[in-house]
Amino acid sequence: MAVATRASVRSVLPAAARPRFSVRFSGLLSHGFLIIWAAMVTLPLLWSLLSAFKNDQEIFDSPWTLPKHWSTASFVRAWNQAEIGRYFFNTVVVVVCAVTLTLLLSAMLAYVLARFDFPGNRVIYFAFVGGMLFPVFLALVPLFLIVKNLGMINTYQGLILVYTAHSLSFSVFFLTGFFRTQPAALAEAALLDGCSHWGTFFRVMLPLARPGLISIGIFNFLGMWNQYLLPLVLTTNPHRFVLAQGLANLAVNRGYRSDFSGLFAALDISMVPVLVVYLIFQRRITSGMTAGALR
Amino acid sequence: MRYGRRSFILSFITAPIALYIVFVISPYVQAFYMALTDWQGYSPSMNFVGAANFTRLSHDSMFWLALRHNLYLVIAITATVVALALFFASMMNFGGSGAGHGGRSAIRGVRGSRFYQIVYFFPSVLSVTVVAVMWQFIYDPKNGLLNGFLSAIGLDSLQEVWLGDHNTALWAIAVVAIWGSVGFYVVLFTASMGSIPHELYEAALLDGATRLQTFWRLTVPLIWDSIQVAIIYLIIGALDTFALVQVMSIGPGGPDNSTQVIALYLFNNAFSYSKFGYASAIGVTMFVMTLLCTVVALRFSRRDRVEY
Repeated sequence: MAVATRASVRSVLPAAARPRFSVRFSGLLSHGFLIIWAAMVTLPLLWSLLSAFKNDQEIFDSPWTLPKHWSTASFVRAWNQAEIGRYFFNTVVVVVCAVTLTLLLSAMLAYVLARFDFPGNRVIYFAFVGGMLFPVFLALVPLFLIVKNLGMINTYQGLILVYTAHSLSFSVFFLTGFFRTQPAALAEAALLDGCSHWGTFFRVMLPLARPGLISIGIFNFLGMWNQYLLPLVLTTNPHRFVLAQGLANLAVNRGYRSDFSGLFAALDISMVPVLVVYLIFQRRITSGMTAGALR
Repeated sequence: MRYGRRSFILSFITAPIALYIVFVISPYVQAFYMALTDWQGYSPSMNFVGAANFTRLSHDSMFWLALRHNLYLVIAITATVVALALFFASMMNFGGSGAGHGGRSAIRGVRGSRFYQIVYFFPSVLSVTVVAVMWQFIYDPKNGLLNGFLSAIGLDSLQEVWLGDHNTALWAIAVVAIWGSVGFYVVLFTASMGSIPHELYEAALLDGATRLQTFWRLTVPLIWDSIQVAIIYLIIGALDTFALVQVMSIGPGGPDNSTQVIALYLFNNAFSYSKFGYASAIGVTMFVMTLLCTVVALRFSRRDRVEY
């Protein structure tokens, strides 16, 4: 686009006028395109946000009007009757426990793999990294049976352990790389000062690894918060649904069909907290998530 | 210093390895075995049938239909997302200036590129079900945003029952997948473009290169690694399409199986019909396809790495 413009501008205008005009014009053009996509991203989100404050009649009348009376009743209905509140609580419990456990276990394993030479070190490392090659769909049926045999269907611990196990591959890979870049001298100094291996890890190396732990923590938090497939298979009791699953269930089963504003409210409750957290920590989150892609 | 080394290592690796074996390695291994059996879920009989499931799969017209839909999605999503993300990322990085000959500001990003990146990234942090439910509303034939928009600009004739028509349903879902992933790759590409030294562009402009030439000859080769990552990720993502179809489409998988995809077919075989053996065979096929696509993408997109 900008190129064609420049070429034609060049032929018409005298040399002195050329750059300035072109700079202005292509800048505006860029903004034009960028704004269109920004609008395509934000308009649906804003529309979903506002629709929850309307009543059903207003939703049916026109998608474009603002709510006449800003009613928050739909949020109360979604939270209580549609049990979004319960799903929210379930999600928080599962995700907080699973992220903590993932960070602890992957940091421990990664530290040992990065710092200690022992038989089997490479085998373990590649067994974990290789796990990233397999699609989760392949594991679904056996995984369901394993969790069922352990009596952990419809339990928090079932989801927590499965989430953690399936997050280990990438987390171990990422943190092993991270621990390798840290100076060995620090650990050696701590050991010379009489610190045990355990003490060295928890008091010296783990605090030093904070930036890596935060990145991997954010990455896993978002992935687990948004997880849909695993709970769909491992949780059948509606009381134990997580947010993504509960919301989809509301929309799919249409049990809530008669209440459009309630469904919009449920959507907003699932959406807004994540967006707020994102806006607060956006630099960290973007770098954490793109680091995941560049593995 | 040596004291306790062994017990330290053991104490640190036992728990993660045990967890990984039980919930990751063993299900994958079992899946490969199950694919060779005729197991029907809760029945006690489980006979080894060799490759019979795969033979049946090769004659299963529903499987081929689903596979075709996945291929459409792979092509549509990968091409569109990479093109759009490259376009927006170069607008952000280099769109701020045109033909400034020489000088420090020959190449400039647009103002507010940080703002655009933040906004573009919104869909990437939302769960796929949130995105699916929201777009279900947008596509709603009567009260939806899309038909409302078309009617507002006087294009009532273009209104559709987007998810209810077998001609549009799959593409409607592809659009949602594109909407959801462009932002992520814009941020990824912007980061890689930001690390290209400006001197290269200034030199190219001094030599009289046009914008399009600098884009194809400089930008694309220099960020090729990121583009390759993006292509592989998008292909794998499109092959795994599940939640969008499962939540948004009628049926799900409809209308008339027009949105049937492999992952959904696997899921239904396993958890609706309890055909565990057959479902596992579909899973193995998915795995092989993912692997093949990755290898092919890596091979066909191999170029000399440019150091800078």
